[in-house]
Amino acid sequence: MPRGAIKKGVGNVSEQGTLLQMRHISKTFPGVVALDDVEFTLRRGSVHALLGENGAGKSTLIKVLTGVERRNAGTILLDGKEIFPRTTQEAQALGISTVYQEVNLCPNLSVAENVYIGRAPGRSARIDWKTMNRKAAELLLRFNLSIDVTRPLSAYSVAVQQMVAIARAVDISAKVLILDEPTSSLSVVEVEKLFEIMRMLRAEGMGILFVTHFIDQVYEVSDTITVLRDGRYVGTYATAELPRVQLVGKMIGKEYAAFEGRPPAAAGEGEREVLLSLTHAGAHGTVSGLDLDVRRGEVLGFSGLLGSGRSEIAHMLFGLDKMVSGRMLLKGKEVAMGGPIDGMRHGFGFCPENRKTEGVIGDLSVRENIVLALQTKRGMFRTIPRAEAERIADRYIRELSIKTPSGAQPVKNLSGGNQQKVILARWLATDPELLILDEPTRGIDIGTKAEIQKLVVELAGGGMALVFISSEIDEMLRCCSRIVVLRDKKKVAELSLSEISEHNIMEYIAGGEGA
Amino acid sequence: MKSGFRRFREMQAFWPLTVLLAIFAVNGVITGGSFFEISIIENHLFGRVIDIARNGSKLMLLSIGMTMVLATGGTDISVGSVMAISGAIACSIIDKRILPQLGGSFPAAVGFAMLAGVACGAWNGLLVAKAKLQPIVATMILMVAGRGVAQLITNGKIVTITSVPYYFINGGYILGIPFPVYIVLFFLAAALLFNRRTAFGLFLESTGCNPTASRFAGIRVDTVKWLVYTFSGLMAAIAGLIESAGIKGADCNNAGLFIEMDAILAVAIGGTLLSGGRFSIPASIIGALIIQSITTSVLAMDVAPQATQVVKAVIVIAICLFQSGEFKRAIRPGRREGKAVEKT
Repeated sequence: MPRGAIKKGVGNVSEQGTLLQMRHISKTFPGVVALDDVEFTLRRGSVHALLGENGAGKSTLIKVLTGVERRNAGTILLDGKEIFPRTTQEAQALGISTVYQEVNLCPNLSVAENVYIGRAPGRSARIDWKTMNRKAAELLLRFNLSIDVTRPLSAYSVAVQQMVAIARAVDISAKVLILDEPTSSLSVVEVEKLFEIMRMLRAEGMGILFVTHFIDQVYEVSDTITVLRDGRYVGTYATAELPRVQLVGKMIGKEYAAFEGRPPAAAGEGEREVLLSLTHAGAHGTVSGLDLDVRRGEVLGFSGLLGSGRSEIAHMLFGLDKMVSGRMLLKGKEVAMGGPIDGMRHGFGFCPENRKTEGVIGDLSVRENIVLALQTKRGMFRTIPRAEAERIADRYIRELSIKTPSGAQPVKNLSGGNQQKVILARWLATDPELLILDEPTRGIDIGTKAEIQKLVVELAGGGMALVFISSEIDEMLRCCSRIVVLRDKKKVAELSLSEISEHNIMEYIAGGEGA
Repeated sequence: MKSGFRRFREMQAFWPLTVLLAIFAVNGVITGGSFFEISIIENHLFGRVIDIARNGSKLMLLSIGMTMVLATGGTDISVGSVMAISGAIACSIIDKRILPQLGGSFPAAVGFAMLAGVACGAWNGLLVAKAKLQPIVATMILMVAGRGVAQLITNGKIVTITSVPYYFINGGYILGIPFPVYIVLFFLAAALLFNRRTAFGLFLESTGCNPTASRFAGIRVDTVKWLVYTFSGLMAAIAGLIESAGIKGADCNNAGLFIEMDAILAVAIGGTLLSGGRFSIPASIIGALIIQSITTSVLAMDVAPQATQVVKAVIVIAICLFQSGEFKRAIRPGRREGKAVEKT
């Protein structure tokens, strides 16, 4: 990036009422430069999107600003005064408040209590409940939220909880409001509501720092965009003047060539060998009466909404949920599953939907995480020698280009996309015949996403059978050679390669006339 | 050489070992060197350090089992009661109060006591792994009921026995070194081999770290848990044998009373997190030695018996504080950044 252009950009915005200025910010952790000479300037009355892939340094920059981490170099000016926040409380006292993706409030306290926790009205130890409830209701009304403030916070949806968190933050005197991935768990309508509030706060002169993965939302609500890449400052741009393709290019550091491959479709479906077939299979309380064939060398997609049964089928295939009815034939022979280990012995692998809770073992090293499934498959007494484990880990770190200082690094220190690659490596190391991927690209950056999609298709080309589950239709279209559409825990359609189209899938999911 | 030392410093056992050596050094100074004196009487070694090793053997055994239990994120507070049961069974068999047809056989006594320990541990494991009770509740059942069971076995009496081979378990010497030390070394070696030569250690750490993800990776999490509770029960049974051999009888009310807390503390001092995950058995052994040497040195310093517990507590607090990263950061002399807003 030409340095001159950036300097000029910063100069321009500072003339229009600069609220917050972060200059030459650097932050290093042992072995990693998280931020290297980063710039960020926030104007009064603006929504400023902070963008970058996973590991670009967005989180670290926010942590430095909110006092969670301390900067190694650089200055932060708030209203022209240099600040050194050391804790989130100090940052909040200065007027910098943060609302996270996961709401950091107490679900079992009332809404009003949550708004006024630690600063309740009343004398000394006595709390004036009446005033508190009235003030809370008034405050929330400003946010178009008319709810019973005496009910526990957990009685309301995540979206409402998030609004409450924002209201609380704004009420505590926020000049700078940081919204860190606030839309990830919201529905379309809820997102729109949130944007209204953001616009309202912007009109009141607040500076809003907005972090998101959704490019659409950036263009919908933000005025300015700052892009970070690999801990370095790429540039600051007016949203209206930056075309999407260019934005994506700046984020991934190359012109974004969307992965456009398709699984090998030459051979007719009937000619591919059936690896696994279910007849009239069902599990407790989830799917029932399911007929399904999984063939070698194909990517079989499960399409459907959350709760349609797509993950439940994956769990059943892998032996996590017991199959209570029907038959499962593997290469023509009937098999029974007592647990995941049986699935693994049959040559199955499974990347679960929830990377953090079901996938990675955070405190263990990258190497241990990679060899874990292979080790369980071999059994406890056939220990993988250290040298072999290192060889396996190094091989996958290289082949999947996992970004880590070494195989000894605890996996929790890696970014989301790299953690996902570690889990992929874990299963590839077991040399599976069937690999089930449940939302393998959720919450990871575009570059890694394309890499994983490409890998999926390559693996199928090599003869592996893959089951691919994703909420993103684009991704399903790109990767799958056959798609099973699910609705209400039932298979409603099976689309062959020639029948796969966005329109078809949507129609079956929605339950159109074709169903 | 230097990198060797650095690697040693990064080991979990480094700080506990340093503390242990410091306690030894202080003792050495206070007693004018007599702390380290070891005399040989009838080919047996005597001295404070030897006493610590012998008296600490029960705690060391318990801490081997407890480390693995804590590594799963669980806890086992029944070990004291299991010690009482084990002692009661062994002494009652030797005294022919129960199973008189065995003729007071010493091997049978030891065998049945160990079997009882395994059974107790397996019961705990069943409650935790299969019934999914919270570990502290599950093991509290046996903690409370265990002493009752022991009373039933001994008929509520203190059983005193006369058995030279049984005394040997606590008081015997091989090559001048007390027999309990060999027991500890044997089980330490066995546990280390089992954890590090097989993949069990990896499965255990993985289970403690993230049980759901471990299950998804094919680890039989329930079996892992069940095994460590069973092993902890066995360790408690053997500690119970040493205890009862030491007092030459079974005292169901006092055998191993409150020792479960010391065992958990030993593991904590060793730096294994009570929330599970990474663990180090050698570090816990050192933790047990620290607790034992504090007890011994408090006595050596002529502290009034009533004050012993307080002194012990103060030393333990100091050790735990020095292991806390938060505390180290707070006392580290560094650049002060002043207030959040610099006055200009």
